[in-house]
Amino acid sequence: MQFLKPILAIVVAYLLIKLGVPFLGSLMHPGTWPVVPSAVMKMYMAFIILGTLLSYTYSEEGYNALIGPIVDVYSNPAKAAIKFGLVFVIGAFGAFVAYQYVKPTFDPPVELRSVHPAPPSSAELWGKSFQIQSLKNPLRDDKANFAKNVEEGGAIFFKNCFYCHGDKLDGKGHFAAGFNPLPANFTDVGTIAQLTESFVFWRVGTGGPGLPGEGTPWISAMPVWHTLLSEEELWKVIMFIYDYTGYAPRVTTEVK
Amino acid sequence: MRIESMLFKQKKFFTRLRPAVCGTAVFLAFMLALPAMTVKTTGVAGALWGEMSVQAASAAEAPAAAPAAAPAAAPAKKDEKAAAKAEKGPEEYKPITPPKLELKDYPKIKGFNSRITVWFIAQLHLFFGAFVLGVPIFVWVIEAVGYKTKDERYDNMAHEFMKVAMTGFSLAASFGGLLSIALVVFYPHFMQYMASVFGKVMIYYALFFFVESFFVYTYYYGWDKMSSGKDKLIHLGLGIGLNGAGLMLMALSNSWAAFMMAPSGLDESGAFAGDVWAAMHSHLWNPLNIHRFIANIAYGGSLTASYAAFKFLTANTPEEKAHYDWMGYTSFFVSMFGMLPLPFAGYWLMKEVYDYSQQMGITLMGGAFAWLFILQAVLIGAIFLSANYYLWCSLGRSNGSARYTFMIKPMAVIIVTAFLMWLTPHTLVMTSQEITKIGGAHHPLLGKFGVMAAKNTAVNTLIIMTFCSFQIFKRSNIRATGKGFWAQYGTTVQIGLYVAALTNIFFLGIWSYYIPASTRIGLSVPQVTTTLMVAVLSSVFDVFIFKSNEELGPPKWGSMPVRSQYALFTLTVAFTWLMGLMGYVRSAIRQHWHIYTVFRDNSADAFTPTLPYAAAIVTGIVCIFIALVLFMFWMPILASKGNGAEEH
Ligand code: HEC
Ligand code: HEM
Repeated sequence: MQFLKPILAIVVAYLLIKLGVPFLGSLMHPGTWPVVPSAVMKMYMAFIILGTLLSYTYSEEGYNALIGPIVDVYSNPAKAAIKFGLVFVIGAFGAFVAYQYVKPTFDPPVELRSVHPAPPSSAELWGKSFQIQSLKNPLRDDKANFAKNVEEGGAIFFKNCFYCHGDKLDGKGHFAAGFNPLPANFTDVGTIAQLTESFVFWRVGTGGPGLPGEGTPWISAMPVWHTLLSEEELWKVIMFIYDYTGYAPRVTTEVK
Repeated sequence: MRIESMLFKQKKFFTRLRPAVCGTAVFLAFMLALPAMTVKTTGVAGALWGEMSVQAASAAEAPAAAPAAAPAAAPAKKDEKAAAKAEKGPEEYKPITPPKLELKDYPKIKGFNSRITVWFIAQLHLFFGAFVLGVPIFVWVIEAVGYKTKDERYDNMAHEFMKVAMTGFSLAASFGGLLSIALVVFYPHFMQYMASVFGKVMIYYALFFFVESFFVYTYYYGWDKMSSGKDKLIHLGLGIGLNGAGLMLMALSNSWAAFMMAPSGLDESGAFAGDVWAAMHSHLWNPLNIHRFIANIAYGGSLTASYAAFKFLTANTPEEKAHYDWMGYTSFFVSMFGMLPLPFAGYWLMKEVYDYSQQMGITLMGGAFAWLFILQAVLIGAIFLSANYYLWCSLGRSNGSARYTFMIKPMAVIIVTAFLMWLTPHTLVMTSQEITKIGGAHHPLLGKFGVMAAKNTAVNTLIIMTFCSFQIFKRSNIRATGKGFWAQYGTTVQIGLYVAALTNIFFLGIWSYYIPASTRIGLSVPQVTTTLMVAVLSSVFDVFIFKSNEELGPPKWGSMPVRSQYALFTLTVAFTWLMGLMGYVRSAIRQHWHIYTVFRDNSADAFTPTLPYAAAIVTGIVCIFIALVLFMFWMPILASKGNGAEEH
């Protein structure tokens, strides 16, 4: 029965991930059940199975305990029935997998979407050309008016953005549920927290239609804000979303 | 009477408790000391102790990753110098304007796709180049060890590996020649430009080939002649010359690869206006040098380990088996030594790419190329797992290993968990149903594993656990016999150190979610320092603990199971694949540029291939290389058969 142990370990690990991750996730994001995407689950399981097999076979005893029953079933004439049963099960499993692949579904194809595509080197806004790499927020230098600028940024946010991005900036505005992709959650470490201000400026300024070709189809509902707000207003609202969430924009070290 | 016995029991109880108390005390001591030391060494400063709020507040002038910025500052200064030089002597350095090429400027050779042809040849050349750079370093170290310990086995092993490397040299040179011809044939204008910028460097490069050849031949053919006394020292000197020349070759060729990614010495119009040094000293040169140099040691070690595994599997006698088992172990050890610092060198390279161009950095890590880094993570996982597996199997050679085997399963759990964290992609592939269930493209929990903070935590944990496997193996065949503090409590101190280090790394990892991205990068430095400190301190403790020790019987060399040898093959194949993949990434990230942002590639085949296509090409190249390596392993066997005598 030694060989049941690794199988048990794998099953337990599977259940832990399958149920544990959504459970913890639902605590962090109440009202959702954040399953582990199946593509990721496959990778996880491949390595869990591999790791388990390795940790059970490094010694001769462990290896024999695992391999012994298999060898026994396949070479012992007295166990022919079990052998054919196993061959049947393996074959049936293969058929099942093949069927899953070919059966018709109505799901749209999986999207390989990069949420943060590389910005172009320059962008055209308000008829002006901006160099994204070297662009700085001019209002940051104005330390005296920092609080005032942030406050005005807040007003802009609640007049324009909060319908989608939410009053807590967590991406859960009134309209949010209607969009796919969902509006970005600024409190998450994976959005503005890891972006430079110049990137955010470009993203907000050009909106969904300004996204580059890679990772299409783009169906982001994010409006093209440079047609609706002024340059200064844009910088202010950016200062607000950083200030509110407590993140500082990413800074890259100067080259040359 | 009864009271006495009770007291006695009590005393026994306390003696039993002592290691636990000792361990806890050490744990606490390290918990205080590790952050303090790492903070001191890195200048993440007061950050840890109390000034947390300052970080978030000073958004604008966020102290731009103080420690990490240091390496970038130095080249910047030099570049200024180069620029000043360029200004001084405009007649000396005429600006070299990159030509604007058209389709018809690229010769077409029927039946050849220029891009794929050059890709194949360049990558094969790089593989062999890495091989003949890595193996001689390794050979030299082993020879030196043999000289110092007077153990002839080392010398014989070094000699045998050098024999294998000889075939590698001629293959590397052949592919090198083929590569330069292919480049001139398919990209004449580009090569003309490169020659005008790098002319001097290219000539030196060619000259160094002669230097290298001189040392290769004298080193190899002089081995038996110069085998004792002063002659041996001269021979070791030749080895240094060989490795010096090899390193020089690598650094020179890295300079043009780095220039193509991040050109330097340019004027406003994109024309090259500096001297040769300005071209060489581009922003990514040193990060590339370091990463490749370390990787090549690790790679050389893994290839020689595979050679030993090959010979182990084909060995007929127990003596041969024992010899090649030992050889495989030693090569493996060297490979691990190079392997452990690699992730850090890799992240440094990545950081410098980001600093050079945000666009390039994002395309790599978050954009179109991000998927290749998932493959990278898978391959690195395969490397770590097979390395640990080999070490665990190695316990079978020792007589006292039963004392430690209970640790393997918990370690495997930690390693696999850390690895899954390292593997979790930044951008998840999801079906629309999954997106609905998750409530967005951002997974609240898994999304946290996608960022750098988690990756650094995971990789440091992986390295520490691999090191732990290694330490367990090292002590599995001996027992400390001393009576002093170290012999009695040293292991407890080590456990305290490991626990403290893992706690520190996790604390830093979690904490870094709460601070700005710029400072977050800085936090990886104390994490790395902690890892390195564990490796160094724990090894030093080993010396004290086992000052006097007894062997628990001779190590059973040759008793390794066949499985373990396949772990060595896996290591090598994963390494090779990784190199091919990352070589592609380095080259393809320029996209439609010969020289990024200044010299456009307008040839017919200048497209960025789809991922499966690129992966298939890389895999094809890897297969060819492995076939050639098998040929290389077979050569010495053929030679010894021809002589009619088996030589070792
Ligand atoms: C109509 C709804 C809507 C409104 C209004 C809106 N957004 Fe968005 N926003 C989106 C969507 C949808 C996305 C895309 C998320 C994605 O691509 O995953 C987005 C993305 C962003 C991002 C990119 C985040 C990232 O991680 O790349 C920023 C920054 C942003 N919005 C800021 C703003 C600001 C500032 C305003 C107000 C001026 C605003 N948005 C108003 C819907 C909206
Ligand atoms: C465990 C970690 C790592 C291992 C084992 C590893 C290994 C290697 C190896 C063997 C090479 C080939 C070197 C050569 O061609 O001489 C390489 C190249 C490269 N690595 Fe890594 N690496 C690691 C981490 C990283 C990381 C974290 C990054 C960046 C995110 C990275 C980026 C690169 C790049 C861009 C190259 C291409 C260099 C070139 O071939 O010119 N590596 N790596």
